[in-house]
Amino acid sequence: MTIRPFRLLVLCISLLIPAALCAVVLFLAGYAGQAISFNGLHFLWDETWNLGDLYSDPVTVNGYTLPMGAEYGVLAFIVGTLSSSGLAILIAVPLSVGAAIFLAEAVPVLESRARQKLSWLPPIRPVLAMLVELVAVVPSVVFGLWGIAVLVPFIGHYISPTGNGYGLLATAIVLALMITPIIASTLYDALLQVPKENRESAFALGSTHFEVVSKAMMPMVRSTLAGGIVLALGRALGETMAVLMVSGGGLNMLPTSLFSPISTIASFIVSQLDSAESDPTSMSVKALAEIAFVLFVITLAVNIAAKLLSSGALNVRSRKA
Amino acid sequence: MSAVAKLESRSAQEVRRVALSVAGWGLCALALLGVIFPLLDIVGVVAGHGIAALSFELFTQTTTGPANGLANAIEGTFVITLFAMLIAVPVGVGAGIHLSEYGKNRLGSAIRFMSDTLTGTPSIVLGYFSYIVFITALGWGFSLLAAAITIAILIIPYLARITELALQQVPNPMREAAYALGATDGVVVFKVVLPAASGAVITGGLLGLAISVGETAPLIYTAGWSDQMWTGRFTQSPLAYLTYVIWTFINQPDEHSHQLAYAAAFLVMLVVLAINVGVRLMVKRTKFS
Repeated sequence: MTIRPFRLLVLCISLLIPAALCAVVLFLAGYAGQAISFNGLHFLWDETWNLGDLYSDPVTVNGYTLPMGAEYGVLAFIVGTLSSSGLAILIAVPLSVGAAIFLAEAVPVLESRARQKLSWLPPIRPVLAMLVELVAVVPSVVFGLWGIAVLVPFIGHYISPTGNGYGLLATAIVLALMITPIIASTLYDALLQVPKENRESAFALGSTHFEVVSKAMMPMVRSTLAGGIVLALGRALGETMAVLMVSGGGLNMLPTSLFSPISTIASFIVSQLDSAESDPTSMSVKALAEIAFVLFVITLAVNIAAKLLSSGALNVRSRKA
Repeated sequence: MSAVAKLESRSAQEVRRVALSVAGWGLCALALLGVIFPLLDIVGVVAGHGIAALSFELFTQTTTGPANGLANAIEGTFVITLFAMLIAVPVGVGAGIHLSEYGKNRLGSAIRFMSDTLTGTPSIVLGYFSYIVFITALGWGFSLLAAAITIAILIIPYLARITELALQQVPNPMREAAYALGATDGVVVFKVVLPAASGAVITGGLLGLAISVGETAPLIYTAGWSDQMWTGRFTQSPLAYLTYVIWTFINQPDEHSHQLAYAAAFLVMLVVLAINVGVRLMVKRTKFS
């Protein structure tokens, strides 16, 4: 075998990607190591996160040096993350399914009808599809700004009984808006891929156009839709800035209503930077590494699930057919 | 859809079906409005407040002092993006070349999987990783180098996959023709394949640029914040960036800080949307995902 320097060079470059990923995993896990062995499993179901007294002398517990009274539990953040993302999915799925169906099926009909009268009409569907995709590129922090300026006052005024708009509902709505384009464009592309024959045979059976879509086309794209939803869930779980800005930053308590202030894992990591830096024992920085690692594992699992779903590995039914 | 006519000659069941369809279309139309309206509202609110806050001082003054502006943040965002792209473009395009041209094997699939995993990793996790490694362990402190490397790690997987998809579009006979003329691997890639796919690769680079300008979470843990202009040092010197202004200044009590936040949001959104709209208008709906 001859050595081909160019191939070797690009191979080495592309190996930087796995190297970066491995470095992320190893350093997070390694750095969190002490925290993991100190906290044990009750890290996951303790709801109090207390940095302890950072100004008195550190104490030694079970061989670990940490500030007096420090206690690290992430249950509240895990619950905050899952509840806000779950609610966001509940809001986003109907919105994006409806939007994708309308864009894929109704807009072309409306467009061709309108063009008969107004021949100068610019193409509508590409513009609408682009607008939906553009929602996905608006930076998270701009969503957060909009949340603070528009959504939070709105919820505080009209919906929340306490008059405070920051909290679970605002977080879920902002997250939902951020992930709708992911689900909608996945479904939109899948609907365009449905073979013409299936549509036309449903029409030939006397279905209305809506029945063609809902009963003949939607079942065919079900697994793609599921993949898109899980992908969107992965995005929602890791979303940071918008959540940080509208969630109200609730600590050490589980959400009791739609208006409870919450923190998600991601937003908590950002909000803790200052206090973690002032911890002389650096145990809280390690505990934060542990929680970042937990977030990484959760999103990794979700993303793998999305991949399996959209590649059809779990889609046993359609394979048999 | 023409079924709505002649309702009177239909059975009750048919009427119900048609009514359900009409209701269904109505809900779908509402859903589409529900997706697009917030975008328009965001653009409207941010542009409205942002344009009102634009002034000459914004670009000449730093965030210190009474008549302050955003010069340090604009410069910071610019240099972070510049150096992030300087790292990300060679690596991302190089990796894309490997995946497309020589990656049709198990190693290629493994790299592809890892790359997708990295894309799906929350940016705050990457930021925290950089904090542990660059800021704490290597002792760089909040710095340009740490920020640029973090953003580059974020962009590289995107760029690699977009480059791969772009190069895949180049027909094989072009490669074969080049090889038949005696061209070496490097010549085939740089003189034939890459030029043929240059539009899509540039698109990928621009989208990476947009990500870099709009990103916040990983920078909080790597760039820090500074009220001064960039000192010109790569380590041991925190620097400002626009997205930080947005999320901290909006929570300040005074009106002027709010104006700065909106102005920063307007500038960031302008760059991000301009790049994305421009790219979509130029490339007719090529799907990268």
